[in-house]
Amino acid sequence: MLPFILKRLGLALLVALTVSFISFSLLFLSGDPAAALAGETASGEDIESLRRLYGFDRPMLVQYGDWLWQALQGNFGESYYFKLPVASLIADRLSVTMTLGVCGITFALLTAVPLGVVAAIRPNSLIDRVALFVSVAGQAMPSFWFGLILIVLFGIKLGWLPPSGASTWRHFIMPTIVLGYYAMPAIMRLTRAGMLEVLNSDYIRTARAKGASEGRVMFKHALRNAIIPVVSLAAVQMGFMLGGSIVVESVFALHGAGYLAWESIARNDLPTVQALILIFSMFYIIFTFLADVLNAWLDPRMRSS
Amino acid sequence: MKAAFLKVTSLALATSVGVAGAALADKASDTLSVAFTKELENVDSFFNSSREGVVLQRAVWDGLIYRDPATNEYKGNLATSWEWIDDKTLEFKLREGVKFHDGSDFNADDVVATVNFVAKEENGVKTQRNVNWMEAAEKIDDYTVRITTKDVFPAAIEFLSGPVSMYPADYYAEVGPSGMGLKPVGTGPYKVTEVVPGQHFVLEKNENYHDSPKGQPSIAKIDIRTIPDVNTQLAELFSGSLDLTWQVPADQAEKMAEMDDRYTVLNESTMRVGYLSMDAAGRSSMDPNPFTDVKVRQAVNHAIDRQALVDNLLKGKSKVVSTACFPSQFGCTQDVTNYEYDPEKAKALLAEAGYEDGFSTEFYAYRDREYAEAISSYLNAVGIQTDFKLLQYSALRELNMKGEVPIQFSTWGSYSINDASAMVSQFFKKGSLDDAQDDQTKEWLDVADSSTDPDKRLEFYTKALQRIADEAYWAPLFSYNTNYVMTKEVEYTPTADEVLRFTDMTWN
Repeated sequence: MLPFILKRLGLALLVALTVSFISFSLLFLSGDPAAALAGETASGEDIESLRRLYGFDRPMLVQYGDWLWQALQGNFGESYYFKLPVASLIADRLSVTMTLGVCGITFALLTAVPLGVVAAIRPNSLIDRVALFVSVAGQAMPSFWFGLILIVLFGIKLGWLPPSGASTWRHFIMPTIVLGYYAMPAIMRLTRAGMLEVLNSDYIRTARAKGASEGRVMFKHALRNAIIPVVSLAAVQMGFMLGGSIVVESVFALHGAGYLAWESIARNDLPTVQALILIFSMFYIIFTFLADVLNAWLDPRMRSS
Repeated sequence: MKAAFLKVTSLALATSVGVAGAALADKASDTLSVAFTKELENVDSFFNSSREGVVLQRAVWDGLIYRDPATNEYKGNLATSWEWIDDKTLEFKLREGVKFHDGSDFNADDVVATVNFVAKEENGVKTQRNVNWMEAAEKIDDYTVRITTKDVFPAAIEFLSGPVSMYPADYYAEVGPSGMGLKPVGTGPYKVTEVVPGQHFVLEKNENYHDSPKGQPSIAKIDIRTIPDVNTQLAELFSGSLDLTWQVPADQAEKMAEMDDRYTVLNESTMRVGYLSMDAAGRSSMDPNPFTDVKVRQAVNHAIDRQALVDNLLKGKSKVVSTACFPSQFGCTQDVTNYEYDPEKAKALLAEAGYEDGFSTEFYAYRDREYAEAISSYLNAVGIQTDFKLLQYSALRELNMKGEVPIQFSTWGSYSINDASAMVSQFFKKGSLDDAQDDQTKEWLDVADSSTDPDKRLEFYTKALQRIADEAYWAPLFSYNTNYVMTKEVEYTPTADEVLRFTDMTWN
């Protein structure tokens, strides 16, 4: 087990490094950082003086090396745009994104797993059809649109929830639903498929034959086995949510790390974007890594691959 | 693993619970809730370049001078009087008894410290153009200062009434721009009581505001939240948790205007001008380059129905603009060679230039896709085939500075400076963004920019603008406008410079 973990860990670190290098190069390709930094109101001379001030006239590799050296020492530099240390800037925003991600995945699991189980117990029934419809709709609906529909319904028509902002827990209800809903279909389908497969297996027949109650068969024998792939899928989805709540954060004016990333890319705020990409890729890598390890622990056949 | 997961969860939840509750927004609580679309990088007005920053700057700080937005007349604000004692020296008598929000007194030391700090390039003021014309400031006595300019700079009064605010010397020396951004201290009509970066700012009425031409603040509290999505902003208005928003797109504003029993929708012009710039100097790699021929550039000018663009796309108070500046700016004459919409004439001019069958060109823009596409189809109609490319602003700027843009749709907001030098002189003095590279235009603009005689300035701006029009270096198109949407409880008349003035807002 240990060699497997070390190998995976090394691979994960290489991925993180590659991601940061590629993103650094892409940012340079996407536009002049000095022009982006100076803003729309700047003249050509403003841009030139900023270029010198920030050292954008140096070769890109030198700038990347410089950044990496500082980052390894825990110094992510100062945001060009906000003039604040990137580390504290991101720390401020990360709590919103993490709260949203955790709530979102919890919501998705709490709704999708029961739906998937019910759908598997009665395949092709009305409940199965409804669950299928819900999951297809969840996958097809753009989250900005779904978010607005919720705002109109619960924020304006019914007046139950505040339309946007992040001041209280009530502000997180709608964003949680929107973000979680997006992860629901995959989890639900996987639960359903897993349950169907397991329910047709020999040991379930054996369990039934020895007289176990239906509830015991479902939860002790079937779900426990069917849920294994769902756990690793949820871990990956969690990584997605932490890096991918950009649209949801923008619609609900949540100002988390996702929204910060989106804005920083538009402004070519290199230190912020670099640090965020590193953090997001680390999230993704850590969760995928955990999923791998979990799978390997559950299923020894995976360890040798 | 489970433990680690739980730890992350509880950490995230714990930090989110600590945030304060939502503020109420309405007349009863005397709190006006306002939405900003963009997040402000730093409240310190010298270290941001956004419109939202200008709005806060005018509320929190004061300049030495103030320009009345209605009459364009200059009035004393932190200074009571001023005079040019020579071509490059302005002397100010300062207002006595003015206090900063932290209780310290305003005097000549503050002016000297502020000017000497911002004028130094290495201090990194973001919009250098606003400050780099100043050489230094010198204290004569506690309430008299002199500001010297690097070159003869007649627009000094305009800049001192706009972007140059006065900061408290001791406090700024201690906290610097980042400290100022988090806990701003000024002399303005509103003091900042809360800054939560990215989320909201709370301003409170300055009860001891001096007798300023800005007028006294009326509404006790202003709560500004950053809400990036305009639909969400409107939802907040519907739900009653927002009182005022601005920069609302025309179609949404029209819908809101239909609900005139609940909302007031006002439209006002901004100083932003949209234009086409063509590679007249032949810097781009296009070969042959049709835009080096004045007839082709004139054809482009004739090809576009600017009035139709204004009527159907921009709407509101937008106007057709004929010169390379905003009409209210000093020196910005509109009385030049005018190119009426005439596609036949455009085709004839192209034929004269040897392009009977038209030609193909790359056509760049960085914003307002629908405007650019409309312009593109006008060009296609006279035979100029366009390969339309919408780039990020910074990418287009970079390309433009390298001289690789044959024709582009661009815009310029002049940073709300009401002087033609803030626009035409930025683009026609042979800098890297100058697509014309014309010596004659530069020479005239140099005279206009550096003369202290208003008549002479007017004369030379007119000559330069006339030449730009004759040579059709640009096709100036239209001015922009913005829509303000507010609840019926709010009384406010917007001004043409796109600055929200909280002091002018009252409850109905």
